[in-house]
Amino acid sequence: MAVDTLLERINDYASRPDPYPLYAELREVGVARQTDGSYLVGGYYDIAALFHDPRLSSDRRNRAAEFAAPMPQQPSFIQLDDPEHHRLRGLATRPFGPPHSPGRVDAMRGEITGITDQLIASLQGRTRIDIVDDFAYPLPVTVICRLLGVPRDDEPVFHTWATTIIDSLDLTSGADHDERTRAADRAREEMGRYLVGLAEQRRGRPGDDMLSAFINAPKPAALTHDELAATAVLLLIAGHETTVNLITNGVLTLLRHPDQLDLLRREPALLPGAVEELLRYEPPVQLLPQRTPLTDLEVADTTIPKGVPVVLVLASGNRDPKRFRDPDRFDPTRPDNQHLGFGSGIHICYGAPLARIEAQIALGALIPRLGTATLVEDPPPYRHSPVLRGPRHLPIELSPSRG
Amino acid sequence: MRIVVDLTRCQAYAQCVFLAPEMFELHGEEALLYRPDVPDEQLERVRQAAAACPVQAILVGEAVSACAG
Amino acid sequence: MPGDLREGRIVIVGASLAGLRAAETLREKGFTGTLTVVGDEPRPPYDRPPLSKQVLLGKAAANATELPTRWDPDAEWRLGVRATGLDPIGKRVLLADGESLPFDRLLIATGTRARPWPNPQEAALDGVFTLRTCDDAGRLADRLAAGPRRVLVIGAGFTGSEIASACRERGIEVTVAERGPAPLVGALGGTLSRLAAGMQRAHGVDLRCGVTVTALRGNGRFTGADLSDGSRIDADVCVVAMGAVRNVEWLADAGLAAGPQGVACDAGCRAFNMYGIVTDDVFVAGDVSRFPHPLFDYQMLSLEHWGNAVAQAEVAAHNMVSPGPLRRPHLAVPVFWSSQFGFNIKSVGVPTFSDQVVIAQGSLAARRLVAVYGYRGRITAAVTVNMAKWLEYYQRLIETAAPFPPGPGAADGHPLVTEFPIPSDVPDPKGLSHGPTVALTGHLPDRRLTVVRRAC
Repeated sequence: MAVDTLLERINDYASRPDPYPLYAELREVGVARQTDGSYLVGGYYDIAALFHDPRLSSDRRNRAAEFAAPMPQQPSFIQLDDPEHHRLRGLATRPFGPPHSPGRVDAMRGEITGITDQLIASLQGRTRIDIVDDFAYPLPVTVICRLLGVPRDDEPVFHTWATTIIDSLDLTSGADHDERTRAADRAREEMGRYLVGLAEQRRGRPGDDMLSAFINAPKPAALTHDELAATAVLLLIAGHETTVNLITNGVLTLLRHPDQLDLLRREPALLPGAVEELLRYEPPVQLLPQRTPLTDLEVADTTIPKGVPVVLVLASGNRDPKRFRDPDRFDPTRPDNQHLGFGSGIHICYGAPLARIEAQIALGALIPRLGTATLVEDPPPYRHSPVLRGPRHLPIELSPSRG
Repeated sequence: MRIVVDLTRCQAYAQCVFLAPEMFELHGEEALLYRPDVPDEQLERVRQAAAACPVQAILVGEAVSACAG
Repeated sequence: MPGDLREGRIVIVGASLAGLRAAETLREKGFTGTLTVVGDEPRPPYDRPPLSKQVLLGKAAANATELPTRWDPDAEWRLGVRATGLDPIGKRVLLADGESLPFDRLLIATGTRARPWPNPQEAALDGVFTLRTCDDAGRLADRLAAGPRRVLVIGAGFTGSEIASACRERGIEVTVAERGPAPLVGALGGTLSRLAAGMQRAHGVDLRCGVTVTALRGNGRFTGADLSDGSRIDADVCVVAMGAVRNVEWLADAGLAAGPQGVACDAGCRAFNMYGIVTDDVFVAGDVSRFPHPLFDYQMLSLEHWGNAVAQAEVAAHNMVSPGPLRRPHLAVPVFWSSQFGFNIKSVGVPTFSDQVVIAQGSLAARRLVAVYGYRGRITAAVTVNMAKWLEYYQRLIETAAPFPPGPGAADGHPLVTEFPIPSDVPDPKGLSHGPTVALTGHLPDRRLTVVRRAC
């Protein structure tokens, strides 16, 4: 089939369980122009170079007229370039990480372990569980709620908004897509109002959560209301719609590789490397559809014209045999694993350290219990989005004696 | 155990600071400082930091054990 | 002797970063013979960059920076003993304790030492320091912890500036005296040196440029210094940060092309003899080497860079045990970093090999920027201040000799600035208190140099 239909085929729901042959096809050509005028980039070294190329913008307003896409009134920092990106991401980081809050995420280890233990306890005695609904989804949701200061009981409310927003992240165009985009915009607006409302309740009465920190920040470090809304929406969605995939993909991959599961059970010290390998092998964010060249770019002997949508296919770069030996092999002991799972450059995943800790603790707690587990369905049913790709459910059978 | 960070490679992603804040520190927005000697109770965090480094710049290992002479 | 040495005797003189990484690489490449590493300090290899940063800030002990190994190089460590000579015919390294070590291959990695204050009586005053070794750092850190009223730093290169930064962070008053027009000018040229001067003054450094220190005062204890402009500085600690001297004296009778700028070698790290003929059993790596680089008109570069020590040691070790056709050139583009006053400065290429500079991203006002340097229309270097994530893009431009100034299109938008490059103002190193960390031999773009050695 022609490489100019790759995007369509990746987007096709039938490709969700195994998009990797399509990525291999992409790597054959390196860069592939699509029928809609966008360009896919699939080689590791090309993607890695573009992450550090200042001529590639993250701001869709730099697109040529025929590719114009609606932008929210107040974009979040992942949709912006420096210096505005730097300012907003810096303000968002103040209560989350270094240099102002270096111990914030590390200090959550105990809490994350506690939440994990509770979830595990709730599975006692059950022989069939859904890894997604019973474990991999509730864990990051509870964590991000505690971190941001969002009531956990409101989950049904914000989950509907989040789903609407995620569902708009597909790669099609046309009336159907425009309708999804409009719905996502409405959801984003309502979610923003909700989060700003929560923050406002803490003005002058700060808790130890991030919304409190944002609303009570002294003037030069303060986000405007619109900025706070855009930032908080981004963090709430990204904080719980991606880690679920990392944990679920982890369980799925380990159950498909019993030898590696066994290795990790015997040597838990390998877990940090195993999580990095998962981020390479089954990255929760498969591709970044957001970039636009500010000038014609030469990539893999192809000229990508100024102003067109450029899609960086991270999951393809992660399987590039030019960079990774035996790339389709899942190897938790893989050395020199500079994967693209969290992106790179100035837009590297903001929540990466939290996702790493959550995945390590979650998988660390599950692995000893997976010894007798079997997949009920393989492949499992997947979620809609080809961008934030992961199983919608992952039912597994546990032997009763192991609980 | 000792660590050395190849600051030629380091691009200040600060994953090490998040994961082992008592060992790694950002000085300003980008300048990384670290404790070169690893106390036992920090070793697990340091290994996590080394695994997470996006540019694989952190080396954890034993120093040369050699007597003078 | 066959080119691929698997057994036999290899001696490495120099037990610091380059020596250690070479030893590890030799084993990685399959060398199973006798490996001896000679070091004049009585300690296993340790890392120096933290000495002027974490250690002076009191955040790490001076004796805690031993380098971790990637694997055990299974070497005999002859530490605390100095190499005093090289017999190139008998192929032996002579040691200060009278012993001599025979070798089939030798790696010279003796590095540099701090340039001492030229007046020995004044240099011996209590309170006068240099900073190169872990002992130096330990003594200086102790003195800073005791809370001196004022520290005088002579020389505003990277080391001097980092020392001044550590002092200010500890709340200690500091005066920096620099003969050149601004800090770091010898490494970064005019534009960024003015930014560096601004950083120092904003952090309360008493920065004196265009002056020399004419005398250190004191009666047993250092009490202050006289400057060439007639002024006097009262201080109780003085750090002499006037650059480095290459440790080549032990090679005086070895017949090698060794001099104040180091030991000359080819792209494969093989030493030249004094007639410019390449040797085949003596190799050089790290700060003590001078080597030709194709990106910089094959000038002989002398680099005092951490990354160069590692990269060159690996190439030298590979070539020491590989037959000719399988040897590799040392072509790494120079990279260095410095952190001071809360800023991260990184450089790729050779900024002093330039005639023009532009700000390609960020701005001087924001104190976050990428400065790109060009020489006769091609890009030769880039320096980032708190924008290190972009550096590798510019490294690729340097490696491909991309045209200068760089094309438009930076995502944070500097189309106008890139149209107006300005002279890079790289000074003659002879006019500086601090030695350059990159010495170009032969010629700078706009003038001929004789010796890159400060007349003290």
